[in-house]
Amino acid sequence: MAGKSVLKRIDWLSVLFYLLLVSIGWVNIYSSTFTENGESIFDFGTLHGKQLSFIMASFASIIILLALEANFYERFSSVFYIVSMLSLLGLFVFGKTISGATSWYDLGFFNLQPAEFAKVATALALAKYLSDIQTDIKRTKDQLYAFVIILIPAILIIPQPDPGSALVFFALSFVIFREGLPVYYLGIALFAVLIFVTTLMFGTIWIAIALTLIILVFLLLKKRKFKMPLFPLVTALIVTILFSLSVDFVFDNVFEQRHRDRFSLWLRLEKDPAKLAQIQKTIGYNTYQSEKAIESGGFFGKGFLEGTRTKGNFVPEQHSDYIFTTVGEEWGFIGTVTVVLLFTLLLLRLVFLAERQKNAFSRMYGYGVISILFIHYFINIGMVIGILPTIGIPLPLFSYGGSGMLFFTMLLFIFIKLDANRLKEGI
Amino acid sequence: MFAFRFAFQHKKRIKKGQGQKYEIQKLELYIVGARQLDDGLKIKSYLKKLLLSSIIVIIGITFIGRLSYLQIFSFSPDQVLEDPAIKRVYDYPERGYIYDRNDKLLVGNDPAYDVMVIPREVQQLDTLEFCRLLKITQKKFKKELRKARIYSPRLPSVFVPQLSKQDYAQLQEKMRHYEGFYIQKRSLRYYDTNSAANVLGYISEVNERDLAKNPYYVQGELTGRTGVEKQYEDILRGRKGVQYIQKDRYNRDIGKYKDGILDTLPEQGFEINITIDKALQEYGERLMIGKWGGIVAIEPSSGEILSMISGPTYDPSLLVGRKRSANYSKLHYDSISKPTFDRSISFEKSPGSPFKAINALIALQEGAITPSTTFTCTHGFYIGSRKKGCHCGGGIRNLNSGIYESCNAYFVGAYKKIFEQFPSNSDAMDAWEKHVRSFGLGSYLGSDLYTGRRGSVPSTELYNKWYGEGDKRWSATTTYSNAIGQGEVNVTPLQLANMTAAIANRGHFFTPHILKKVDGKEINIPDFVEPKRTTIDKRHFEPVIQGMADVYHKGTAQYLQIPDIEIAGKTGTVENFIKIDSVRTQLTDNSVFVAFAPIDNPKIAIAVYIQNGYYGSRYAGHIASLMIEKYLKGEITRTDLEKRMLERTLEREYAKPYSGKEFKINEYDWSQDAIKHKEEDSSI
Repeated sequence: MAGKSVLKRIDWLSVLFYLLLVSIGWVNIYSSTFTENGESIFDFGTLHGKQLSFIMASFASIIILLALEANFYERFSSVFYIVSMLSLLGLFVFGKTISGATSWYDLGFFNLQPAEFAKVATALALAKYLSDIQTDIKRTKDQLYAFVIILIPAILIIPQPDPGSALVFFALSFVIFREGLPVYYLGIALFAVLIFVTTLMFGTIWIAIALTLIILVFLLLKKRKFKMPLFPLVTALIVTILFSLSVDFVFDNVFEQRHRDRFSLWLRLEKDPAKLAQIQKTIGYNTYQSEKAIESGGFFGKGFLEGTRTKGNFVPEQHSDYIFTTVGEEWGFIGTVTVVLLFTLLLLRLVFLAERQKNAFSRMYGYGVISILFIHYFINIGMVIGILPTIGIPLPLFSYGGSGMLFFTMLLFIFIKLDANRLKEGI
Repeated sequence: MFAFRFAFQHKKRIKKGQGQKYEIQKLELYIVGARQLDDGLKIKSYLKKLLLSSIIVIIGITFIGRLSYLQIFSFSPDQVLEDPAIKRVYDYPERGYIYDRNDKLLVGNDPAYDVMVIPREVQQLDTLEFCRLLKITQKKFKKELRKARIYSPRLPSVFVPQLSKQDYAQLQEKMRHYEGFYIQKRSLRYYDTNSAANVLGYISEVNERDLAKNPYYVQGELTGRTGVEKQYEDILRGRKGVQYIQKDRYNRDIGKYKDGILDTLPEQGFEINITIDKALQEYGERLMIGKWGGIVAIEPSSGEILSMISGPTYDPSLLVGRKRSANYSKLHYDSISKPTFDRSISFEKSPGSPFKAINALIALQEGAITPSTTFTCTHGFYIGSRKKGCHCGGGIRNLNSGIYESCNAYFVGAYKKIFEQFPSNSDAMDAWEKHVRSFGLGSYLGSDLYTGRRGSVPSTELYNKWYGEGDKRWSATTTYSNAIGQGEVNVTPLQLANMTAAIANRGHFFTPHILKKVDGKEINIPDFVEPKRTTIDKRHFEPVIQGMADVYHKGTAQYLQIPDIEIAGKTGTVENFIKIDSVRTQLTDNSVFVAFAPIDNPKIAIAVYIQNGYYGSRYAGHIASLMIEKYLKGEITRTDLEKRMLERTLEREYAKPYSGKEFKINEYDWSQDAIKHKEEDSSI
């Protein structure tokens, strides 16, 4: 297949968003890791220099990704999946430990993080399984298989420990919903999260009272001709209350203190201001500092390389998970909104692309890409601006990290290649 | 929805047609049903598609909302001051020197050397040798190092404060052997006198209240606490320079913030001259050793305060340096002699007989008496049927002898006459009060002294409150104590001196003040230059001053004359009481004296107030006389007088109320007063 025709057919708008995010990201990594020693931007001894080389490598990989046959990805998705699962397993033996997590292979010139690769492979495998002619997502057995595909990498990643990355795989369940899993599963899951949070905030008794009241009001207001079956409602109520009780139990007995502290901070459960301040300074230090740094940026920001808190390294991990604070401090509200808009536009564009796929595999893979990018973006920025608890995952295409850069590029450009190929499917 | 309507119309059309077949209708219905089903699925799938898109949009909006809260609503523009990443390093200018009126140095600065430590950088060292150099114990070494490490391992802390110059010289050469330690120079106040502590005040670290009141200050800085140091803080202090330093989260410096464009240079503090005469002040304090009370001397022609002495006092250098806080506690908690209480400006007492001069002036002004009006003294006078005593010796008194013999009967008579000039007692009281206040009594005088008391002058309102309203309730007889300065009039030595200056100037005074020059230039404050007129006409002063001059010639102070100098003065012997175990107990009278000299061209007006000194001519009279001679001649000719004052102390008197025993007051023989052995006794 001629390279020229591929270039004509690929979705340049997505590519544009991608390039913008990558370059803005690099500028901010440069600023976060900048020291006044006057080293060149190509100095590969520095973090921004390394990141630049990763970006170059990613650009190179795009050429290969676009040049390969589109059905190569579908055909070899199982192989990718198995290889990636083996690489995750291999970490238990050969893994390199960096800051407490055994998540890397030391390749000499760079540390490879197989979890990043697993995200691509799992998205491919899930799309492949769901699009199989024999799979019927209405069947419980097939639903179960689909979830197993997601769960295996998550389970392998949790003990590294890297709970953040593990969480990403659950986002892939959105693909299954898109493909026909009844939406009320999602409803139940959301309801469980809601009960979890409200139990922590208000306690089981208030939830029981509130739910009973809601049901009573509901029954009274309901028109007589729709006879609401009372039994399932009461059962649901009892199950909810039991769940709420178990939340209390788990929170108090299973969670470790640091987990409890994170929730205490996030939901402002700790009412004693002195203790809250203490938590803020220890477990919530990063979030507190990043919020303050973003706040200090104001509307217009302090300007490129002028972020005082960035320069002072007040926010740890600022070049990786907390890169967004640099945007906030140096580019202000204008910068942060630009980045949020770019992500929003990229994601919406990808939804549009996914929906126009005639090929089920392409569509499902597209949804996989969207889910993975979205969950990263949502959790990372949510954490950095202090509306979500601290969960350490990077901002895709933005944060420092070679594996991340490479595999997010791969994730996205496989889909762009599939999209470019969509009209040929019939032939 | 559209499909349904379409089908419905079709059905109608089919019904209209006559030759329709049932099957066709059925088929049509089937098609419609299929369409409806298809539409339903489409809607469902649209919703699913929309679900993801709307989640993306909602999250985007949430993020932008949170970001606008952080960056637009919570954002405060003065972030440079709050930013933990920017350290402000201050460059302190030297505090201004303080000189006396003759350019003699009172307060300067002295370098002090602190040994500092940065715990992280401390290497293995010979602690034994190091401790020997610093003159500290090994235990202290460990304790200080631990303390510094707890404060911060990366930041400097004071290890040993304020080395002496000799220790510094020894240590300086060897310091480079001890990594992590260095010597930092600081500037401390240095006093070129051991007097005038009450005038100069002292400096100390700012406290929470200072910080809240004035945003200029930062924790750890010094500020004037009392006296001139406080009053002229802004002039003496100058303005510190600021450097903004970018630091990292370990508090380490990593360069200048914005290349130093916001940095400022320090502005030097100014040196000032105060109106105090150093020699006179020091002499007065020597005379006051062992006596409690206050002396204030004023230059009548300008209102400049020549000296302001409070006894007991302390050496100002006690409140500098390493022993500062220990000394301060010792002074502050001495609740009996109260060395930090400035008796020259904060001590309010009855003026006693010197106040008679004011009553004489008021009586003359109101036409109640003429200089030749006489009153007969029968070794006392009658208030109703009760006889009150008088020390003057009795006889017929006119204004002149009434003053120089300090006759109580004369002035009570004159006071009653003042009241007779008015239709009602309250009118008389109002007029009297207005006259008294015109001498600056009962007011802060608008001086530039940091502390002070207002004193008090009685009024119609006060007596109405005490005795009830109405002209019969109280009268001159009720308030006769005012005539002899024992009543409801309370004054500070400063007010007494100012009153004397007003008499010396024949009817006006200048606001007493302490600042003379700033940066070598005479100050020009309109309020200090403008004379404050009393309500007494100038012509009435001469007979009163003549009476005061005769105090020295033939009156109560005839043994205190200064050769070649014409003085006018007035003695005062003031009854006073305290409560001992809630029993009102009389103590030995306070000795008071006011004087000015020379009579024709007054250069000095002085008020001396000595607690429990008995007769006005004893302690207060002696001291006033010596002070005037010292100031006008520069030397003392009457050395016997001087010797007596330098030697005698009143400590025996002051111990009486605390002895717990019965005691006598107003003992006639003053040779019993304690003789002091060492001059330093009263200074700690």
